[in-house]
Amino acid sequence: MDSVRSDRNGASSRIPVALKILIAGGFGAGKTTMVGSVSEIRPLQTEEILTGVEGADDIGGVESKTTTTVTMDFGRITITEDLQLYLFGTPGQDRFWFLWDELSQGALGAVVLADTRRLADCFPSIDYFEQRGTPFVVAVNCFESEQRFAADAVGRALDLDAGVPVVLFDARESLGARNVLIELVEYVARRQLLSAGSR
Amino acid sequence: MRPAHSRLDNDWLDREAGPVVRPYAMTQGRVSPTGGGIDMMAFVVATSAETEPAGRLQPEHHAIVAAAWEPIPVVELASTLDLSVGVVRVLLGDLRSAGLISMYEPPAASRPHDVDVLKAVVNGLRAL
Repeated sequence: MDSVRSDRNGASSRIPVALKILIAGGFGAGKTTMVGSVSEIRPLQTEEILTGVEGADDIGGVESKTTTTVTMDFGRITITEDLQLYLFGTPGQDRFWFLWDELSQGALGAVVLADTRRLADCFPSIDYFEQRGTPFVVAVNCFESEQRFAADAVGRALDLDAGVPVVLFDARESLGARNVLIELVEYVARRQLLSAGSR
Repeated sequence: MRPAHSRLDNDWLDREAGPVVRPYAMTQGRVSPTGGGIDMMAFVVATSAETEPAGRLQPEHHAIVAAAWEPIPVVELASTLDLSVGVVRVLLGDLRSAGLISMYEPPAASRPHDVDVLKAVVNGLRAL
């Protein structure tokens, strides 16, 4: 791949750094709200190919292929001209799990939104990121400023590994959502320094 | 959650129901880009002002080249041009084969993110 390119303007334009952060959690936990409150939200469609290889239909090795349209929450935060943050709301329905693999590939980290009224809804997301080794923070969305549990109680209820931050916030407030992102990035940096130190 | 699922399935109206033209009609039914996979965070840059013989290029190809005057990530192209990521990938494969664009893959997933970059992100977020 070329590292230098001839630019039409004569100046070489640098390739910016784009970081990917995933916003996960159960249905109705506030993913869309959070992406919208902290970034410029835009529509993003992915057309995915589902390849079904079912024995009964397998006549002469012909695969049945079908596409499914997935609309994701997608937002951008411009830190500087050369540094951009992209937020992806991971599709919540079970049948879109396969999309997560690509989304989490190379991701900086993830925010798992938890709703204390339906805490179990975020278990699959937590399991997923734990298994993949993707750093994540748990953000408890406090609807109507209702703060029914302390952050550490939520952390215990979720049986999180030591050090995984739990933050209480309101997804509708941009400052709260921003602080969750800061918490995540600082956590990733801490992990990085720790692993560098232990080497 | 179960009832919510079936309700969701029936809720795809208008735009959410998908385009009238099947998306991969635009790619003549091709579903993967020529010359290998393309990361959705890869940056695309149009290579030169030299106009190649338009040949088999479609309006969507030209739209991508026009939008990639400045480096732009694949997802951003899809969103801006209102095309699905999968379709954009196939079209980018064509443009790459034709030498009309350069692709810059993001750092490998195995490589940890640079701590200085992370600090810049935190400072940038604080300043928002």
